[in-house]
Amino acid sequence: MALLEFTDKGIYCPQANVYIDPWKPVSRALITHGHADHARWGNKYYLCTHQAKPVIQYRLGNGPRIESVAYGEERTINGVQISFHPAGHIVGSAQIRLEYQGEVWVVSGDYKTEHDGIATPFEPVKCNVFITESTFGLPVFRWKPQREVMQEINDWWRGNAKEGKTSIMMAYSLGKAQRILKYLDTRIGKIFTHGAVESVNKVLQSQGLKLPPAPKATIDNLRNGMESSFVIAPPSAVNSNWVHRFKEYSTGFASGWMAMNGTRSRRSADRGFMLSDHADWDGLNEAVLATGAEKVYVMHGYTSQFAKWLNEQGIWAAEMGSEYHGEQSEETHTE
Amino acid sequence: MKNFAQLFAQLDQTAKAPEKVAALVSYFESAEASDKLWTIAMLSRRPPGRVLTTAVLRKWALEYANLPNWLFEESYKMVGDLAETIALILPPAAGGEEHTLSYWIDFARALAENEESEKKHAVFKAWSYMPPDERFLFNKLLTGGLRLGMSQKLMIMALAQHTGLEENLVAHRLISEWSPDESSFEELLFQGEEEAALSKPYPFFLAYPLEQDPQKLGEVHEWQFERKWEGIRAQLIIRQGQLFVWSRAEELLTDKFPEYHSLLESLPNGIALDGEILPFKDGQPLPLNELHTRLVRKSVTKKALQETPVIFKAYDVLEWQGSDLRTKPLTARRELLEQLAPAGEVLHVSELLEIESWEEAMQERDKAREYHCGGLMIKRKSSPYRSGRKQGDWWKYKVPPFTIDAVLLYAQRGDGRKANLYTEFTFAVWDEEGQLVPFTKTGSGLTESELFELTEWVRKNTVERFGPVRSVKPEFVFEIEFDGIDRSTRHKSGVTLRAPRVVRWRRDGKVEEAGRLTGLREMLK
Repeated sequence: MALLEFTDKGIYCPQANVYIDPWKPVSRALITHGHADHARWGNKYYLCTHQAKPVIQYRLGNGPRIESVAYGEERTINGVQISFHPAGHIVGSAQIRLEYQGEVWVVSGDYKTEHDGIATPFEPVKCNVFITESTFGLPVFRWKPQREVMQEINDWWRGNAKEGKTSIMMAYSLGKAQRILKYLDTRIGKIFTHGAVESVNKVLQSQGLKLPPAPKATIDNLRNGMESSFVIAPPSAVNSNWVHRFKEYSTGFASGWMAMNGTRSRRSADRGFMLSDHADWDGLNEAVLATGAEKVYVMHGYTSQFAKWLNEQGIWAAEMGSEYHGEQSEETHTE
Repeated sequence: MKNFAQLFAQLDQTAKAPEKVAALVSYFESAEASDKLWTIAMLSRRPPGRVLTTAVLRKWALEYANLPNWLFEESYKMVGDLAETIALILPPAAGGEEHTLSYWIDFARALAENEESEKKHAVFKAWSYMPPDERFLFNKLLTGGLRLGMSQKLMIMALAQHTGLEENLVAHRLISEWSPDESSFEELLFQGEEEAALSKPYPFFLAYPLEQDPQKLGEVHEWQFERKWEGIRAQLIIRQGQLFVWSRAEELLTDKFPEYHSLLESLPNGIALDGEILPFKDGQPLPLNELHTRLVRKSVTKKALQETPVIFKAYDVLEWQGSDLRTKPLTARRELLEQLAPAGEVLHVSELLEIESWEEAMQERDKAREYHCGGLMIKRKSSPYRSGRKQGDWWKYKVPPFTIDAVLLYAQRGDGRKANLYTEFTFAVWDEEGQLVPFTKTGSGLTESELFELTEWVRKNTVERFGPVRSVKPEFVFEIEFDGIDRSTRHKSGVTLRAPRVVRWRRDGKVEEAGRLTGLREMLK
């Protein structure tokens, strides 16, 4: 019996009887991070990191039992030692390590290797078997350093402000919203947020994250000189009536997909910025090597390509069944 | 090349003409004169030539990046553009020297003299200096495929703003024989003022589509009737012994139509005619699309002259003996036109139709296709030659388009910006044996959201792949509209359409009930 199995409910550890980020309701779930496609509704018991818990609690309410552990703290379930290690994806995100009778498996969850100043930085974990994501598993994906991208974003804001236009940035409310917010140049103007972003900000601020003030973009706020301000909103809001409260504006979209001219122009945003909470090609390769794993399973995105590449580098690798990435198209996988 | 890369990105990121113009103006303000000149050259179909083939560049990129060919292929599939794929897969730049656009153009051209291995070494070195966005442009330069997302017309607007010259004048200066190697920015734009005034066309008067009942135009005798010819609307000008041909888009087309040079002898000096450039052979107009090759090529070949000769179908005279006639009534101008321009080989005067009633006008319009026309032109006899599209005096009374229901059979990916979308579709109708026969290809008329939806569907319903083309399950029916239909021996269906476009996606349409090939053949008559 393998320590982890790939079932129709998600990654399963039969020895401990726990699932990792299951997509169908189970009794016990280990959760890598708080994005909705990883921390889903309907499980009876959740285990995550202390830092991930507030958001998960906020999203799932008081119904289910949610327990948390510190990074590196060990829990033993039926002989399986389980611990959570920083994945650098968003606040509280973790790779999950499972050890049983000397064999170690690590499930990466979503991760990035660049230190973003918000999430606890990624730490490689030695293991025998590594289950990695590969959302951006092609060599065309190579991120610029965050400070360069933030400079582009601030320049864009400055340019819009000069023309009296509001800069509306589409960013996921958990993760990229805070990452951008934290490094905005507040000398340029005021910052506002969409309600969905503001509520996540509150949760994260209450656990100690420092962010510039960014009140909700209400109609009242709008009356007081909104023209040159910066607004952060989820993509769904920017494609809805919500956006009609702004007069002159320019929209931006920050995503790893913005690496290419083609996808940049397909987005209905005026500007694309290359910013991702996932590892780029070099990050994926470094991460896999650093684990020293003998076997690698690949999920999300360019699975077959990244697995084939790893095999050619002399690392045994296989892509996971299509149910592990097919239920959502590559592009909607939450960043 | 940083500022040029920035310009490229700005042009790429907006579809709004004023923003494109503003971006180019601000580039002109900061760029060096030699870079400005090359940018103008690229935007007026004078790109620097190809130095390397894409095959060679791709081979070197694999070597430089140390990646297997299959992985490059996978990346290429994702990105959809070879130069961009190469730019992205190369290891990050080491940084180093920053050079101008013209430096890299000279660098690329100097490569041609070198040995293969020296070339490779030089390209590797250049790659190591540049971030991906600049590498992309450099790769495009090497392979001769650098295109900026902006029309010549907008470039002329930007250049006019930048230099303070009139647009007409700028257009004229750029049309002459010039190359960035032989002239400077100053020489190109600030010499020969008088000559430009000499060529200047009048603003075109454009007819308004007549959608109401023609009866409402009143007394039929107040109107002049002509056929609506389907060519390129143009002004033909002769001043001081020189000939100029301007399109409605104010492009100087003189060099594209050497046929007209003979008119220098048969027409008096100081004249401006309004008319139509019409491909015409054996007493009949040819389909307009046959002129296409002539318009895109830099020089006109003998073959093109023989295969698709043109005539000038004159409608109006705007200037005579150097004076402006536009305020005179149409009938007076028409009389003069008939005197001045006796029909010859190349010059035809648009015939007037004798029409006594609006019923007759309607019948005549419906016969337009027999004459390879698009309908009737109805002009008020007393009308002056106005400028722009104005209601009231000139009307185009178009014959209703053909339509047919057709089945979607093939889809083709767009290129560049639209590489991830299927944008061109081939449609089919049923033949006598019950087979679907493709008869036209078009993507126009489909909305962006329909393209997204179709792309998603095509991916899931592909039957076979042929490079960028996929055959799909015959499942969807679309209503196709077109202005004309011609016989063709080059197509399996035996027909070719003029201006095909999709009018609607018939979501309830059944494939079995789509149009028949026999129906299309009927339309030929």
